Amino acid sequence: MRDFQTMDPKEIIARRVSLEIRPKSLVNLGIGIPTLVSDHLDESLGVFFQAENGVVGMGHRPPEGMTDRHLTDAGGTFVSAVPGASIIDSAFSFGLIRGGHLDLTVLGGLQVDAKGHLANWMIPGKFVPGMGGAMDLVTGAKKVIVAMIHTAKGASKIVPECTLPVTSQRCVDLIVTELAVMQPRADGLHLLETGPGVSVEQVVAATDAELVIGDAVPEMDLSRTG
Amino acid sequence: MHQAISMQEAVEMIPDGARVMLSGFMGVGTPDGIVRALAEAGKRDLTMIVNDAARPHTGVGPLVSAGCVKKFIGSHIGVNPVVQEKMQAGELEVELVPQGTFVERIRAAGMGLGGILTPTGLGTLIAEGKQTVEVEGKTYLLEPPLRADFALIAARSCDYVGNLAYMLSATNFNPIMALAGDVVIAEPEEIVPVGVIPPDAVKTPGVLVDHVIKRAA
Repeated sequence: MRDFQTMDPKEIIARRVSLEIRPKSLVNLGIGIPTLVSDHLDESLGVFFQAENGVVGMGHRPPEGMTDRHLTDAGGTFVSAVPGASIIDSAFSFGLIRGGHLDLTVLGGLQVDAKGHLANWMIPGKFVPGMGGAMDLVTGAKKVIVAMIHTAKGASKIVPECTLPVTSQRCVDLIVTELAVMQPRADGLHLLETGPGVSVEQVVAATDAELVIGDAVPEMDLSRTG
Repeated sequence: MHQAISMQEAVEMIPDGARVMLSGFMGVGTPDGIVRALAEAGKRDLTMIVNDAARPHTGVGPLVSAGCVKKFIGSHIGVNPVVQEKMQAGELEVELVPQGTFVERIRAAGMGLGGILTPTGLGTLIAEGKQTVEVEGKTYLLEPPLRADFALIAARSCDYVGNLAYMLSATNFNPIMALAGDVVIAEPEEIVPVGVIPPDAVKTPGVLVDHVIKRAA
């Protein structure tokens, strides 16, 4: 039995997100923490991972010496292809994303607000990475999960209203951090679960946005498998 | 049958100030030879239409680092610090386009369409100053076609009539961009006799390809 309280915060997030993935679904994982999600998934689930650059059925990085410079993920990292994988061009790839064929996308974020708006593509005047595929993913995927560390330099990334330029007018479905699982609903941002060994009070103290808190908030159950 | 041209001839074809479409995704599927040759030739004031700025030494990176680029049109510039510096210093104009919109605008140009309607970007900075159109109760952004003077294409193989085949994720923007450049120049990894690429495997018919760059001797 693993001690989830001492688990790396990024691994806590990745493992919790992995529980949201349904068998045989088509999933796009963003760069950073989202990429770690696939490590927690049983291959027998038959999940296909899509990369924006046109891979449907991306697999783990092959052993050293067996990589192919023509086969990478959207971050440019070498990957493999699982049995049944296919290759499509960029227009088709974004057709999958925008056309409602993608079951789930997991993305990192700079800010998410109480309504579920995500900001993840620029910090005006400081750093402008660009949106890449993020605007299409948030707009078009059937389900959007934000996976990110709860705070940045001590400041809450869960805010009452985004101060950074938003990625889409569409609200995300679930927010998973090392401290909490939250869900934006019509009546506010619900705290659904707390992180391993984390109290509701700790989550509230680390969160700028107001949270809707039920009578009993369970702790993330990271021992189960999806 | 195509007569392949030299890298030098290809470079001379592209003038300063040209609008150039460059394929590739983080440098994968980018015709690296002609990028290097254009950088070495010291081209100036190019507008580069390319998905991402890759890194300083990959993709469009060498052209930006060498000061050849006036304007960049693409979706992501986050891992090329040279692009960030030049943009902050006002030396490089950057137009950011969501990736799905970027490729559809190119496709629209190549397929004779007057633009596309997309939900992507609605309610964001991207929508500012743009027309919206309502169709069957849904609102879309109207995005214009995006074309170029030249499209630079990287292919896995090319046959004697210019048919192109790509490989795995190096396919990305290549088949789309090959439709949207006034002059299409392909840099294949190998040139093979007609028939080696089966008709079903051809992703860009040779009729679209104006020039093929010779393999290095």
